[in-house]
Amino acid sequence: MMSRTTICRGILTRDSGFGLRSMSSWWGHVEPAPKDPILGVTEAFLADPSPDKVNVGVGAYRDDNGKPVVLQCVREAERRIAGNQNMEYLPMGGSVKMMEETLKLAYGENSDLLKEKRIAAVQALSGTGACRLFADFQKRFRPDSQIYIPVPTWANHHNIWRDAQVPQRTFHYYHPDTKGLDYATLMDDIKNAPNGSFFLLHACAHNPTGVDPTEEQWRDISYQFKVKGHFPFFDMAYQGFASGDPERDAKAIRIFLDDGHSIGCAQSYAKNMGLYGQRVGCLSVVCEDEKQAVAVKSQLQQIARPMYSNPPVHGALIVSTILSDPDLKNLWLKEVKGMANRIIGMRTAIRENLEKLDSPLSWEHITKQIGMFCYSGLTPEQVDRLTNEFHIYMTRNGRISMAGVTTGNVGYLANAIHEVTKSGSK
Amino acid sequence: MRPQITYSSPTDRRLTALVRHLADDPFSASLQMDSQNTISPSPTAAFNGDSVFANVVQAPEDPILGVTVAYNKDPSPVKLNLGVGAYRTEEGKPLVLNVVSRAEQMLVNDQSRVKEYLPITGLADFNKLSAKLIFGADSPAIQDNRVATVQCLSGTGSLRVGAEFLARHYHQRTIYIPLPTWGNHPKVLTIAGLSVKYYRYYDPATRGLNFQGLLEDLGSAPSGAIVLLHACAHNPTGVDPTLEQWDQIKQLMRSKGLLPFFDSAYQGFASGSLDADAQPVRLFVADGGECLAAQSYAKNMGLYGERVGALSFVCRTADVASRVESQLKLVIRPMYSNPPLHGASIVATILKDRDMFHEWTIELKAMADRIISMRQQLFDALQSRGTPGDWSHIIKQIGMFTFTGLNTEQVVFMTKEYHIYMTSDGRISMAGLNSKKVPHLADAIHEAVTRIV
Repeated sequence: MMSRTTICRGILTRDSGFGLRSMSSWWGHVEPAPKDPILGVTEAFLADPSPDKVNVGVGAYRDDNGKPVVLQCVREAERRIAGNQNMEYLPMGGSVKMMEETLKLAYGENSDLLKEKRIAAVQALSGTGACRLFADFQKRFRPDSQIYIPVPTWANHHNIWRDAQVPQRTFHYYHPDTKGLDYATLMDDIKNAPNGSFFLLHACAHNPTGVDPTEEQWRDISYQFKVKGHFPFFDMAYQGFASGDPERDAKAIRIFLDDGHSIGCAQSYAKNMGLYGQRVGCLSVVCEDEKQAVAVKSQLQQIARPMYSNPPVHGALIVSTILSDPDLKNLWLKEVKGMANRIIGMRTAIRENLEKLDSPLSWEHITKQIGMFCYSGLTPEQVDRLTNEFHIYMTRNGRISMAGVTTGNVGYLANAIHEVTKSGSK
Repeated sequence: MRPQITYSSPTDRRLTALVRHLADDPFSASLQMDSQNTISPSPTAAFNGDSVFANVVQAPEDPILGVTVAYNKDPSPVKLNLGVGAYRTEEGKPLVLNVVSRAEQMLVNDQSRVKEYLPITGLADFNKLSAKLIFGADSPAIQDNRVATVQCLSGTGSLRVGAEFLARHYHQRTIYIPLPTWGNHPKVLTIAGLSVKYYRYYDPATRGLNFQGLLEDLGSAPSGAIVLLHACAHNPTGVDPTLEQWDQIKQLMRSKGLLPFFDSAYQGFASGSLDADAQPVRLFVADGGECLAAQSYAKNMGLYGERVGALSFVCRTADVASRVESQLKLVIRPMYSNPPLHGASIVATILKDRDMFHEWTIELKAMADRIISMRQQLFDALQSRGTPGDWSHIIKQIGMFTFTGLNTEQVVFMTKEYHIYMTSDGRISMAGLNSKKVPHLADAIHEAVTRIV
C-alpha cells in the first residue's frame, strides 16, 4: 500500500507536468564562467590577514591613507541636487547639459565642431558603455569593418568588441624591452593595415602600461592615419587624471582634430571625477555636418533603447552641476590636479627608493609612464613572490596601480620589489 | 576651415597639390598621397573626405515620444497629455515619493559613503531585497538559495540581460510575446538574439482577454519555447488574467515545458498591494519550476531616470543558480561593466528599513488609488453623458494604461478638436488624468464616438 506522501507526490508530479517530472534544470549544462582576473586580486587581498598587506591591483584612486575619495566638488553638487530634482526619464540620448560640458572638455571650449554642431553625442554608461555603443554602431553601419586594438590593452576592450561581433586585430604598442612605446612597429602596423581600418587609441594614460606616445609621435601617427584613411576611435578614461591638466591630456585628440580627422571618442568620469559607481560617460562621433550628426545621434539612441532605454540621471546631474558652475569647476580642476600630483609623487618615490637600494635594474620607466598604472616589468613569477612572501597584490602582468601606493607603504613596496628583482636578470 | 598639414617632403607637397586638383573637393585635407602608394578607393576609406558613417540615415521618431513633442508644441490652454507613461499628481506634476527623498537625503548626509564600483552583479543587499519583494520573503526558492539575482538598468536592462543569457545558454531561441505588448519588447528581445512570435492576448471585441486564443497559441508553441508574461497591469492594454486563468496558463506551460519570463514593471502600482500584484509570479515559483523575472522600480518607486531594476533566475538548485550568476556577469561586463549605484542604494535603504518600507507601501497605494479613482470618474462621466458603447473596460482594466478602444480617426479628432494627446492605438495613460480634466476628456470621447464611427 502506498503511503499518503507517495500518493501526493505522484499527483503533484502528474499535474505539474514536464518541468517537474524531469526534475532537471534548464541550466544544468551551464558552465561556471572564468573569474575576472582583476577582481580576483582584490578578493585575495581582502582575505589576507597580514597587517603589511598592500593592494596595488585596485583600479580606483586612493588617498595617501589608502582610502577611497569622494571629491569635495562632488559632495557639494550632490548636496545641491538632493531633494531638488525630479527623477523623470532622461531623453534616450541622455542629459543635453551634461554632454555640452563634456564635449567642451574633449574638443575644446571654442571648438568649431561644437559651434557647427557636427558632433553626434549620447550619454553613456561610463567608458565601457560608450565603447559598447560605438562597437554596436560600428557593427551596424560598417559591418565589414574590424577593430585594431593595441597590445596590451584593458582586458574588457576585447570583450566589448567581441560581444558586438566586430572582428578584432591587434597592433603593436608596448615594447617589453624598453618598457616604452614600440613606435617603429606601431607605425608599420598602421601602414600595413588595410586602408580605412578602425583603430582603438588610448587618448592618454594608456591602460595598463602607462606608456603614451609623445606629442611628436602623435602627430606622425595622425599623419599616417590620414594617408591610410583610418578611423581613429579614442578611449579617454583619464582626462585630467594623467598630467593633472585636462587640456594637456586631450592633446592627442586635438592633434587629430586639427588634422581634420572625424574621430569617435569615449569619455568617462569614473576616475577624474571619482564617479566610478555612478556610471557616467559620453560617446561622441564627429560628422560631416549638422544633418549627419543628427542622423548618427538618432541611430546611437536606437542602440541604447533596447539596451537600457535611457541612461541614469544622478551621475549626469552631478557632472553638469559641477561643470556649469565656475566655482565648482575650478574646485574640480584643483582636485583633479591633486590626485594626479599624488600619483606622480608616488612614481618618483618608488623610483628613488629602488635606486637608493642599488637595484641593478633601471626603473626609469616608472616615472616616464603616466596615469594610474605602471607596467613594472615584473614577471608573473616575481609577482607571485611579491604576493606570497610580502602580501603585495597586483595583477600577474606586473601592472601596479599607483593609486594603491602611499607614503606609508612605498618603502615597503620598493624593498619587496628589490628583493624579487635584485638578482637582476632583466 | 581646414588647418595646415605639415608635409614631410617637397615631393609630398607637390603630390598633394596634384591630388587636390584631381579630387572633387579641392580643399580636402584628407586626400594625401604617400609617395609609395597610389590612391585606391576602398569602401571604408575616408579618402574623398566623406565620413565613414555617411551612409547613416536618420532613425524614425519614437511614436510615443512623438506624442509628447506634439503636445509641447500645442498652445491650447486646455491641452491634455495622456501619452505620458510616467505618474502625475492631481496637479499634473511628476512626483518624487517622500520616502525616496528621505532615503536620498540620508545617503547624501552619510559622509562615510563612497562611490566605488559596484560588483558586476550590482548591490548585494538590493538584489536580495528585490528577490524577496517579488517572490515573497518566505519563498522556498529563496530559502534554498536557488535564486540568482543581478541588478540591471530598470526593466529594459533586465529584459536585455536575460534575453542575451537565453540566446547564449538556452536550447530554444523562440520567445512568445503577447499581442499587443510594450513597443520596446520586440526590439530588446530580437537584438539579444531571440526570435519573436506572438500569442493572442487582447480581444478588441470585448476589450478584455482573449483567453481561448492565448491557450491555443501557447498550446501550439514548440516545447521549451520561452514565454514573456506581464506579471500585472499589462502594458498597453491594462487587461490581466484572473488568478484562475493564471493557474490554467501555468498548467499549460508546465505541461509543454515552456519557460516563463516575467516582466514585472508595476508591482504594487496595479492594485495597490505589492503581494497581490506578485501573485502570478509566486504561483509559478510555488510549483518548484524554473522561471525568469525582470523587475523595475521606475514606476512603483518613481525612480524612472535612475534606471533601477533586477533580473532574477529561479533555478532548480543552488549550484545551478551560482553558475548562472557567473555567466550573467559575462553578459554585463562588456555592456556597461557594473550597474549604477544611486538608485539601487535608495531602494535598498527603503526596503531594509521597516518604517520606510511601510511608508512606501502607503505612498504606493495612494498612487494606485488615484489611478483607480480616475478610472471610476471617467467611467461615471461617460455613463452620465450616455455615451454609446460599453465603457466598463475602463474600470475593469488595471494599471497605468487604458486601451480605450477608440480608433485612429477618433484619436485624431480628439487631438484636433479637444487638444487631447494619446498614442494612435487609443491607449491613454490614466496617470496623466486628473479630476479637473475628466469632464473635458469625457466630452471628447463622447463627441468622437458619436460623430465618427
